[in-house]
Parts: sequence; structure tokens; C-alpha cells
Amino acid sequence: MSTHTQRAFDEELKFLTNRIAAMAGHAERMVDQAVSALVGSDNGLAEKVIGDDRLLDMAQREIDDKAISIIARRQPMADDLREVIGAIRISADLERVGDLGKNIAKRVVAATGTQQPISLFRGIEALAELALTQLKEVLDAYASRSVERIGMVRNRDDQIDAMYTSLFRELLTYMMEDPRSITSCTHLLFCAKNIERIGDHATNIAETLYYIITGEQLPVERPKEDESHKVVAGIGKASESLDR
Amino acid sequence: MNGGQSESRGRVTVLAGRLSANRWVLSCGALAIFLVTWLAGEPVWGGIAVFLVLCAATVMAPAEPMRALAGTKPALAPALDNVSALSLADAIPDPIVFFDKEGVIVHANAAAAEAFGPLRSGSPVRLTFRTPEMQDLISRVLQAGAEKEGVDFTERIPVERLFRVTAAPVGEAEGLFVFVFKDQSEARRIDRMRADFIANASHELRTPLASISGFIETLRGPARNDAKARSHFLQIMEAQTARMARLIDDLLSLSRLEMKAFSRPGGTVDVAAVLGSVVDALRPLASELEVVVEKEIDAGPLSIRGDPDELFQVFENLVENACKYGQSGKRIIVSAARSQDGVVATVRDFGPGIPREHIPRITERFYRVDAENSRAQKGTGLGLAIVKHILTRHNARLEVWSEPGEGARFSVHFAPD
Repeated sequence: MSTHTQRAFDEELKFLTNRIAAMAGHAERMVDQAVSALVGSDNGLAEKVIGDDRLLDMAQREIDDKAISIIARRQPMADDLREVIGAIRISADLERVGDLGKNIAKRVVAATGTQQPISLFRGIEALAELALTQLKEVLDAYASRSVERIGMVRNRDDQIDAMYTSLFRELLTYMMEDPRSITSCTHLLFCAKNIERIGDHATNIAETLYYIITGEQLPVERPKEDESHKVVAGIGKASESLDR
Repeated sequence: MNGGQSESRGRVTVLAGRLSANRWVLSCGALAIFLVTWLAGEPVWGGIAVFLVLCAATVMAPAEPMRALAGTKPALAPALDNVSALSLADAIPDPIVFFDKEGVIVHANAAAAEAFGPLRSGSPVRLTFRTPEMQDLISRVLQAGAEKEGVDFTERIPVERLFRVTAAPVGEAEGLFVFVFKDQSEARRIDRMRADFIANASHELRTPLASISGFIETLRGPARNDAKARSHFLQIMEAQTARMARLIDDLLSLSRLEMKAFSRPGGTVDVAAVLGSVVDALRPLASELEVVVEKEIDAGPLSIRGDPDELFQVFENLVENACKYGQSGKRIIVSAARSQDGVVATVRDFGPGIPREHIPRITERFYRVDAENSRAQKGTGLGLAIVKHILTRHNARLEVWSEPGEGARFSVHFAPD
């Protein structure tokens, strides 16, 4: 970061970055713990995640206030302005990530109520690992200010979408085979969707970051590869294409 | 007694050191006084004056005794003086990160760059170590200075790691702090490995075990005297025990790989040679399944950083899969070539291909595209999970392409050496 004649301005920008770092750490931890709680049907951990969301909300408001007051008092230009606006946007994305984590935690009881096949949770775990990797990569890129790593984040989003589509199909099959599992499978479906959304927010942060560093926008996103909207429950056909 | 002796000896050494350190000044002063008094014609007084100057110089000599002592231990301290903190930090195998009182990274040693990726000097330390515990630790250190308590820093991605972190101020007034990371991942991984192994083994071994105990029951009861059924059942039981043995082998090798997931292999491997020996080793299987293996391997060594045995396992799994599941295609192509960013090795089959919805998930443990077919081919459902783990450890990427009816292609992208 360049230095300004007014040291106080530097301090304020640094404050924003540090608050975002803290938010990011909380958001990553929440998602990780929410998925652990889901896979291990750990209600205590789920309660903790739900409680932690408040911290993120507060941090986001603090960043908003600070950013607005910086704009009003310092009237930043060029990369300083992008830094401040970027902080507002990134904190909003992180707050949403926290909300999605909280939502997964809220579904723990309902989703793990009946005995579920272990492979379903493996799928959710693998999906969450992809999303968390993406989140970690973009936040590491924020720390190192490296534009090169941003492209990778977007590519990984395609993987998440493909994995989500596959999980969607599998859950659908389970529901058709055993209507008693519909309740928990529907909750799991929402959990998977939430994780997929976390990946989207990571992509958003990557785009904001690219804008902060270079001053240019990334090219408009290619068409989404999430094809779950095309999946139709063809009785018989879908179930025979899957194992077990 | 001893103490007194060494003390007096030390004093003598100091005295001698002072005299020798000031020998030029002393001799110049003595010579000058002697000349002046001798020229004035009173040599007795001159001698006394010289003696007095010598005494005064000995008592009041400004040279520190340390310098005289340093003279007796030649060249140790001066060598250390020339070592910078940076080269010292780089020589230490544990990750070390220096930061200033503003919380900005000043330097990260080589081990830190290896463990956490490149750390840019000048970026806030909070941004790299984001977990809530680390945020607290940073705040406490910046406010209070010293911090005796360490905290745990865990990372789940890309592999699970656990560090014990301690923070301490460095130097006197430089306002610098240092994080020292102690890697504790090993203990954590052993715990997890045990838990995972038990969970997977108990789940997957139950099916063959149930079938074996069922047959035993039949053999002891209704089929006791039926020789034909007995040999048939024993055959099935043999197949089931073989399957259990394979499962345990695969689970163990998977667990072992997870143990050392983060240590990158050190040796150099020629991918072309590995592929050649894999193809030779699997030729009997291929001819049994009536599959022709074609090689399209670039000449010359395609060397990468890696472990030859593990890479052999990777390609053995891929080629074996291609033979078994792409049998209907009658041929497979094994190729390797240099690309602009490293080496690409590819195994291509012309079988039925993998339905698209399964591709993202085939490297999960026990995920099977077609459970019946997999069991018939003596698969354990762990082959591609092992492949993925080995490749993660080699910092390589697995790319899977498949069109239904046209076969599948598994490409491994190795980063340049």
C-alpha cells in the first residue's frame, strides 16, 4: 500500500483490511464447522456456528460505517477509492458466506434425523472442500495481491457446479427410491445449494479483488455450467444409472 | 579456591590485554617524556615520570576488558556478527514470520514460504493467518509485547495441518515481533487416520464378512454332505476373502499416503520410463482381456520431481482401469509428452465412457459408477482415491474427459521440475 501524507489515512485503510481479515477467518471457520456438524451430526457445534454469525454481522456494519466515513472525510481517489469500495463489497460477500454457513448449521438436526447413506455425506464433504479451497485461494490472493491466482478461482467454480449437479441427481434418486428420506434429503439438497452459493461468493470476491488490484473488470462471466435446472426425475432411468 | 584462582588469573589477563592494547600510545608517551627530560639533563626524574605514566595508563586505560578477553577466543564473535537475521531465519526448518508493530509482514523464512505459499513483505499478517485464534494472538502480542501462551493454528485446505504458534518480540527497540510455527500435523493425522481407517474398514468389510459367515452357516447345516455345493461355496468364500485382503491393502496405502500428504517427494523420476514399466507389467492382464496397449511416448527423459514407486501405482491404476472398464474398446493408448508447463501423461480408452454426472466424483472413496461391474472386476472403489492422493502430493493435476460411447481420457499434468 502506498503511503499518504496523512498517516491517519493509512491507519484507516489498514483498519479496513484488518477487519476484513478477521471476518474472512470467521467465515471460513463457520463454513468448515457447519459442514463438520452436518457430517458428524453434531448439534453442539451447529449451535456454536449459529451463534458466531452475529460477529460477522457486526463486523460488516463496522466496515460499512468506517468505509462511508473514509469516503466522506478523505475523498479518496484511484486505487484508494477502489480499496474502500472493494472493502464494502468483500465484507458483504463474506457476510453472506457466514449466513449460508449458519443456514447449513440450522439444518443439521432436520437433515441428520434419519439414517442417511454415508456416500451422501461424502459428496457434501467433497463439495464443501472445493468451496473452501476456492474461498481460501481468493483470500490468500487478497493477502499476496497476486492477480495470477485469480483466474484459477473462476475455473474451480465450474468444478463446484459440476459436483453440485451430480449431488442433485443422486439426492433425487434417493428420494424416489425411499419416500421416507424426502425430508432429510431435501434439507441436504439445500445444504448442497448453500455450499454451491459459497463458491459463487468466492468468485465474486475474486472479481472485486481483480478490480481493486488492476482497476479493470474481469471479462463478463461465461455461461454457468450448473445443469441441475435440466435434471428431470425420470423414474427407473435415473435410479438404474446410479449405484446402490 | 578454584573460583579465586581463576578470578585473579582473569585479572592478570585483563591487565595484560590493556597493556598490549595501548602499547603504541604508552610507548610513544614514555619515549616523549624520556626525550624531554633527558634533553633537559635530569635523567633520574625522567625515569620516575616514565614509570608514573605507565602506571596511570594501566589503571585508567579506557579499553574494555571484554576486548582483551575476546582476543583470547579468536574469531568466534566476529563470524557471528556477519550473519544476518535473515540468513539465520532461512536456516531454521520451522516456519518463522517477522512482523512489525503495525502488524505488517517484514520477512518470512524459506520454511514459511514452503508451508503457507509466498508471503509478500508489506502485507498485513492478519490477512494470511485469518483464524479467530490467530487474530486474538496478534492483538494480544501487539498490545502487550511478550506472549508466553502459544495457540494452535489449523488449516484444512489443501491438507489438514496443525501448527503450535508462539509469538515473541525480537531485539530491544526495533518494534519487531516473530511468529514461530511448530508443525504438529503428524500427531493429528495419526489420530485421524486411525479413526478413518476404522470407519471405512468396518463399513466396507461388513459385506464380504456377512456373505462368508452366511456360507459357513450353510456348510455346517443344510449343505453339510453336498460335495458339489461345498466346493462351489468355498470358491465364493475364497473370492470374498481375497476381496477383503485387497480392501485392507488399499485402505492401508491410502492412509499411509494421507500421513505424508504435505511432504513433497524429493527424487527425480522419468515419466517415460515409469509408463514403459507399467505397460510391461500389465501386458498379461491386457492380453487376457484382449486389449491392445499402444504407446505414444516422447523420446528422451521426461523428468519431474517425484517418487517412482508412487507414480508407478498411479499409472498402474489408470492403465488397469482402462483395460478393465474400457475392454469393449479393444485398445488403449498410453502417451506422454512435454507441454509448455511441464509434462502431460495420458491414458485413453475407447470403452463405453463415464456418464458425465459421475466424472466430478469418481475420485471420492468408494464412489462407484457401476457397483456391479466394479465388483466383478475386483475393484475396491479406492483406486482413483489413491491416484488423487498421490497426485496431490506431487502437486500434479488429474483431468478427466469422457464422452459416452467414445471412451475416457485421464490426463495427469505435472508441473515442471
